[in-house]
Amino acid sequence: MALFDVSGYKSHAGLRGQILGTGVGHLIDRPNQEFAVPVGVDPSGFLKSCSREGGVSTDLNHGTTTLAFKFRHGVIVAVDSRASAGSYIASKEANKVIEINPYLLGTMSGSAADCQYWERLLAKECRLYKLRNKQRISVSAASKLLCNMMLGYRGMGLSMGSMIIGWDNKGPGLYYVDDNATRLSGHMFSTGCGSSYAYGVVDSGYREDMTVEEAYELGRRGITHATHRDAYSGGVVNLYHMQEDGWIKVCKEDVSELIHRYRKGMF
Amino acid sequence: MEYLIGIQGQDFVLVAADNIAANSIIQMKQDQDKMFKLSDKILLLCVGEAGDTVQFAEYIQKNIQLYKMRNGYELSPKAAANFTRKNLADYLRSRTPYHVNLLLAGFDETDGPGLYYMDHLSALAKAPFAAHGYGAYLTLSILDRYYRPDLTRDEAVDLLKKCIEELNKRFILNLPSFSVRLIDKEGIHDLEKLMPVGAK
Repeated sequence: MALFDVSGYKSHAGLRGQILGTGVGHLIDRPNQEFAVPVGVDPSGFLKSCSREGGVSTDLNHGTTTLAFKFRHGVIVAVDSRASAGSYIASKEANKVIEINPYLLGTMSGSAADCQYWERLLAKECRLYKLRNKQRISVSAASKLLCNMMLGYRGMGLSMGSMIIGWDNKGPGLYYVDDNATRLSGHMFSTGCGSSYAYGVVDSGYREDMTVEEAYELGRRGITHATHRDAYSGGVVNLYHMQEDGWIKVCKEDVSELIHRYRKGMF
Repeated sequence: MEYLIGIQGQDFVLVAADNIAANSIIQMKQDQDKMFKLSDKILLLCVGEAGDTVQFAEYIQKNIQLYKMRNGYELSPKAAANFTRKNLADYLRSRTPYHVNLLLAGFDETDGPGLYYMDHLSALAKAPFAAHGYGAYLTLSILDRYYRPDLTRDEAVDLLKKCIEELNKRFILNLPSFSVRLIDKEGIHDLEKLMPVGAK
């Protein structure tokens, strides 16, 4: 059939071999194959041998708290800024939010290298989408692209927990995407090892009809209280607000100053 | 942690799934829909490893739709179940098997209602009732005790409620809500979400 050839359609069996199981890792645009992994190599086993379990005293950067929640006036995004390598603080002012375009933000938690690489790749794909289709990519599609990138390297030891926040024709969008290709849409997510503390504070203080200032304060509180309890989170709170006409960076405040300000209520 | 249940009647299949999407000890989402519509009269319920569930279910869903586009007619529930099982089996001995447990429920014009149980080792069984998850250990005996092949729709929903109340009473994890759907010759119908309340 002529349409078959023109559309570049590949039969079921051919595609299956290409997507998984032949030992070769593929990226979404096939001509540009990066990280072709030879058969027999086991990246996740290798990674295990490089960490504390394998007797080597280096761990990948893992500690973080990030949170994002939707409310009446858009989406609030708040992240900490500590990059830890085991018990060593590699950076106290790491940037965990990637500004993909004026209408899309991505947060990073897990392995810093993985997050930075894959989210920058996502930014490239979003730009290509806009050039090809003359239309900004939707938040749903952007998160699906990232999810499929994770799927291509399933079982190979990637570590990434990220949220894609944006505003498109359907309104404010918030998606959680992680390294085992989970993709969830929701009203509130928090990721990283300090996430449980953030959930506690934000869940109990959340109201759908908050004012913008109250929402900023809730985001700050969530990160601050999480950094107080979690050893692997700290530094500064970077706060963003996703509005209809794009995101704005609200503030960047040191967590230790915030915690002293909140002391009266705590002790 | 997750729970699926299906009950087949004379001319319908009733299915229900819990609504929690969890990640270690955190409930990330409380309104997750674990049922995937394969066609007008076939539903696939899918639980298992994070990421695998949605990916595998969407893969099957799109392939079933592709079959309809290429051939002009839809796969029957039995054929869809066997197709799904074959895919699970093919991936089972690969480097990246899909760790998913499934229930496929459908209504066929000629064969009537059908409920198919599939697990992550790609077993397939057609059953009058079935359940997946830790909750199955508590509820299969209830189904054994009270199931009859000539259940009416209301009686089947009551049996489902019995199972869910048992989970609410004895299961250590909290599953606050369940999506319920019914498939009959008219298609797929959404029923009211079940939300068990209070301790007994």
